[in-house]
Amino acid sequence: MAEIKKVATRDAYGAALAKLGEEKKNLVVLDADLAGATKTSVFKKAFPERHFDCGIAEGNMICMAAGLSTTGLVPFASSFAMFAAGRAFEQVRNSIGYPHLNVKIGATHGGISVGEDGASHQCCEDFALMRSIPGMTVICPADGVEAEAAVRAAYEMDGPVYLRFGRLAIPQFHEEGFRFQIGKGEILKDGADVAIIANGLLVYEAIQAGQMLAEAGIEAMVINMATIKPLDEELVLAAAQKCGKVITCEEHSVIGGLGEAVSALLAEKLPTVVRRIGVNDEFGHSGPAVPLLKQFGLSADHIVEVAKELCK
Amino acid sequence: MTLSEKKQLQCTATKVRMGIIESTHGAKAGHPGGSLSAAEMFTYLYFKEMNIDPKNPKAENRDRFVLSKGHTAPGLYATLAYRGFFPVEDLPTLRHIDSYLQGHPNMNTVPGVDMSTGSLGQGISVAVGMALGAKHQNKDFRVYTLLGDGEIQEGQVWEACMAAAHYKLDNLVIVIDNNGLQIDGKIDDVMSPYPIVDKLSTFGFHTIAIDGHDFDAIERAMNEAKTVKGQPTAIVMKTVKGKDVSYMENQASWHGKAPNDEEYEIAMNELKAILAEQEGK
Repeated sequence: MAEIKKVATRDAYGAALAKLGEEKKNLVVLDADLAGATKTSVFKKAFPERHFDCGIAEGNMICMAAGLSTTGLVPFASSFAMFAAGRAFEQVRNSIGYPHLNVKIGATHGGISVGEDGASHQCCEDFALMRSIPGMTVICPADGVEAEAAVRAAYEMDGPVYLRFGRLAIPQFHEEGFRFQIGKGEILKDGADVAIIANGLLVYEAIQAGQMLAEAGIEAMVINMATIKPLDEELVLAAAQKCGKVITCEEHSVIGGLGEAVSALLAEKLPTVVRRIGVNDEFGHSGPAVPLLKQFGLSADHIVEVAKELCK
Repeated sequence: MTLSEKKQLQCTATKVRMGIIESTHGAKAGHPGGSLSAAEMFTYLYFKEMNIDPKNPKAENRDRFVLSKGHTAPGLYATLAYRGFFPVEDLPTLRHIDSYLQGHPNMNTVPGVDMSTGSLGQGISVAVGMALGAKHQNKDFRVYTLLGDGEIQEGQVWEACMAAAHYKLDNLVIVIDNNGLQIDGKIDDVMSPYPIVDKLSTFGFHTIAIDGHDFDAIERAMNEAKTVKGQPTAIVMKTVKGKDVSYMENQASWHGKAPNDEEYEIAMNELKAILAEQEGK
């Protein structure tokens, strides 16, 4: 098998902004002294007059983005997930969510794959925080191609969107030209024994787990659920109906993210056995991203383990 | 401004104060103190200064106003009502269930409100974004925002001030209502933000200190602000919290409390007397 191309979704985000900026003159970008890391620097290089650095002041940046949006511009406000969703939560809630303004939040460095920086920067709470805001769309793409397509879809949608990107280069499995549909999950492999519903970098792990399980005689349905909110309820229910068992996988706390969204839906509409794979109500710590992911059970091996246990 | 114009504005400010009493009495809650202190500023902005049209409240090139001290919604609502954005008769529905007059300004339900506010320190940042948006698109509208003197204890206010100066937003005017009181007492007892003017100057603002109840002073300050190039303007206005309602004046306890029926009568009678005097002269 040929070596698969690896791209960090944050790189795809920067490239997408620059590309989209070429077409859309009302697209502006804000950053809080992290343009190099969030990759909005790529947009800044192409369109310096449309890139506003706000300094290390995320709350102000989020509200400035709200103000800019009321003048007809479409702002993408960027920082690390920890600060965009965490530090500036209340600004996002009150100045973007409540008035339902057309602001896009491009949050990079989500999850523990931030790696060496450690727990202070490893945000595993952003889905929970952003999901809780009425009218907020929450997206976590699975690879570079999907990330780029999601940026375009977010621009084209009227309303607030939270996009979470990662720092780690991960396998790119979507074909170029892929079109992102907000609120629609994607079946990557069919199967009837167990449904694996994943997002972000866990999607590729789920694909691999699906292959490993097939070799062991378990046919898993693998779903990429990039949009956490609004959740593709129809697809979740259909998968649960068909498989009778569901595993959710996300680089996020098991509290408040995809796992809970899926569990809540199933509890009310179609009680189904669910196992949530994610960060188990604990903080991360420093280390290289890949060993960290393994250590926290965010890997194909662990998905296989959980699936086998569930399918016994 | 001419003498008759000034008298007209003074009468309007008194009507705005009556609207504040009507609405907070009707709501049995709300924030009269800081609404009353800013009545002249609200009036001047909406009846003299700003390019706005009540028939077209979302006009693209209108001037914008952000009530950063969002709890003084009764002051803004009364002004908007008297300016013709919605019926004055609706003011007493403030804070009622199913009323469009939400406890804090809501841009999606109240005609004329340019930004939903209420969480202190955020409105000024939004105003900075609006002013930057105007500059960026070569639009010539101006942006005004009103802050409380207690509100400036919020760190975000100073983040916004840094950004306003950094981006040379000379289309932005921030007004600080220095009535000296906040919920817990005197601002300098609770957490002194003084010296306010010096701080704003150091942050890169063109600063003007005025008496916030003097229309001539307000006009001079607003006109001066229009001559300033390359930096934002801050107007720090000394005011009396609860102004023109005798028992509310300079009382922190009237920050967020509504008059009962008896207090309502007293307040309205006092304001009616002031109005009669203003109209009579």
